[in-house]
Amino acid sequence: MSRYSVFSLFKHALSHHENWQKVWRNPTPKDVYDVVIIGGGGHGLATAYYLAKEHGITNVAVVEKGYLGGGNTARNTTILRSNYLWDEAAHLFEHSMKLWEGLSQDLNYNVMYSPRGVLNLGHNLQDMRDIERRVNANRLNGIDGEVLNAKQVKDICPLLDCSDRARYPVLGASWQARGGVARHDAVAWGFARAADSLGVDLLQQTEVIGIRRHEGAVCGVETNRGFIAAKKVACVTAGSSSLLAKMVGMELPIESHPLQACVSEPIKPILDTVVMSNAVHGYMSQSDKGDLVIGAGIDSYTGYGQRGSFPVIEHTLAAICEMFPDVRRVRMNRAWGGIVDTTPDASPIISKTHIPGLYFNCGWGTGGFKATPGSGNVFAHTIAKDEPHPLAKPFSIDRFHSGHLIDEHGAAGVAH
Amino acid sequence: MLHLFCPYCQELREEDEFHYRGQAHIVRPKDPESLSDKEWGDYLFFRHNPKGIHHEMWYHVSGCRRFFNVTRNTVTYDIYETYKIGETPAVTAKEETE
Ligand SMILES: [Zn+2]
Repeated sequence: MSRYSVFSLFKHALSHHENWQKVWRNPTPKDVYDVVIIGGGGHGLATAYYLAKEHGITNVAVVEKGYLGGGNTARNTTILRSNYLWDEAAHLFEHSMKLWEGLSQDLNYNVMYSPRGVLNLGHNLQDMRDIERRVNANRLNGIDGEVLNAKQVKDICPLLDCSDRARYPVLGASWQARGGVARHDAVAWGFARAADSLGVDLLQQTEVIGIRRHEGAVCGVETNRGFIAAKKVACVTAGSSSLLAKMVGMELPIESHPLQACVSEPIKPILDTVVMSNAVHGYMSQSDKGDLVIGAGIDSYTGYGQRGSFPVIEHTLAAICEMFPDVRRVRMNRAWGGIVDTTPDASPIISKTHIPGLYFNCGWGTGGFKATPGSGNVFAHTIAKDEPHPLAKPFSIDRFHSGHLIDEHGAAGVAH
Repeated sequence: MLHLFCPYCQELREEDEFHYRGQAHIVRPKDPESLSDKEWGDYLFFRHNPKGIHHEMWYHVSGCRRFFNVTRNTVTYDIYETYKIGETPAVTAKEETE
């Protein structure tokens, strides 16, 4: 792989940028791999990259039924933060946050990590008490956080209606300055390119239709391109996780729901931070292109249709118009839905299973993008060692029978 | 926007009059104290998540405030039937009848 640098940019400018190397290969499947990862989204590609980079396991394939990063990696609102309440979740998301900080250099690919700060608004007394509790918990865990009053919020985000007559009065907010956004597609592409250069085969348009077992242990996957043997199989397929589990007769504590988002027409820069409000369910940032990126909620009912119900998006936009009166006449360009895998405690599952050689990384629900590098990093460890990474251990599927739930409904951002 | 026919009101009403209450036909344990951790976990947290036909409970919160069941396709969102609590569905997925 040729490295990207200012010199390579110069060099290729001389030949009108027509001779850039393909970013990754398009290999034919080998007969046998050490690890097959099902799902070529951010989390799956990150898992492949860290398997190769940190554990020296390079005989790896990522099988993807569509194209790389075409699922929820392409559909999220790109927000990064680590201000989760409980120790287990805070440590996991902070691990990810630390990886974001050096990711572009590590991958030699600009993921456009932009620590522009994240505000989580409080609209009533209980919100503010919860915010104080969460910020205190964050600081005890070594995660940056501040409790702001309404005036401080207004100073950071003048666009927000913090006046007394606001429909949803702003009493204050939590502020994580290291939070922000990253370019979602670049994250998938960066991990894909880096994994490919270490020898990982990225097999697109390859759909898994069965998981084969031999004497109880996993021995490979049946695909639309034939059987691929594997010593270990790792499932990282978000909303489709239940369908893969069903192939081996497993049930997961997961329900799939459509989650919606929308973007406006591009406008001049008006918002240089991320504003989230759990209470009224609206959150917004502005992309580098100028679109306002707005996250809505999930449909209350389960579904695999990649579109959401209109009342959900209407509800969010009504809140956005009250919070940001200046954007009332901005038109929305596109709205879409992605299928998210929600768990009963709003925390992910990163786990071995009762089947030797089969691993699941799922249940990220409405907030998985921020975890992409950390998730891949601890999952790669879990697969390589056949032993959960210390940070992944509390997120084992066993917790739904032991009762050690990690209730993050408060910090998860999108209610479910 | 789903349109649901409430079997009590006998009327077709819009989705936002209702609340979704999850998988239908979950039987409460008869003898809770004898349940193992595994059985409790399964009862509390594990739900069918099919891609296709799904039986689910809905609550007519802005209407008669009664619970009823719906058979819905989770891909096309077609609603095949709605029926009262205690009744059995007429439409079932192939694997359920196996
Ligand atoms: Zn009714």
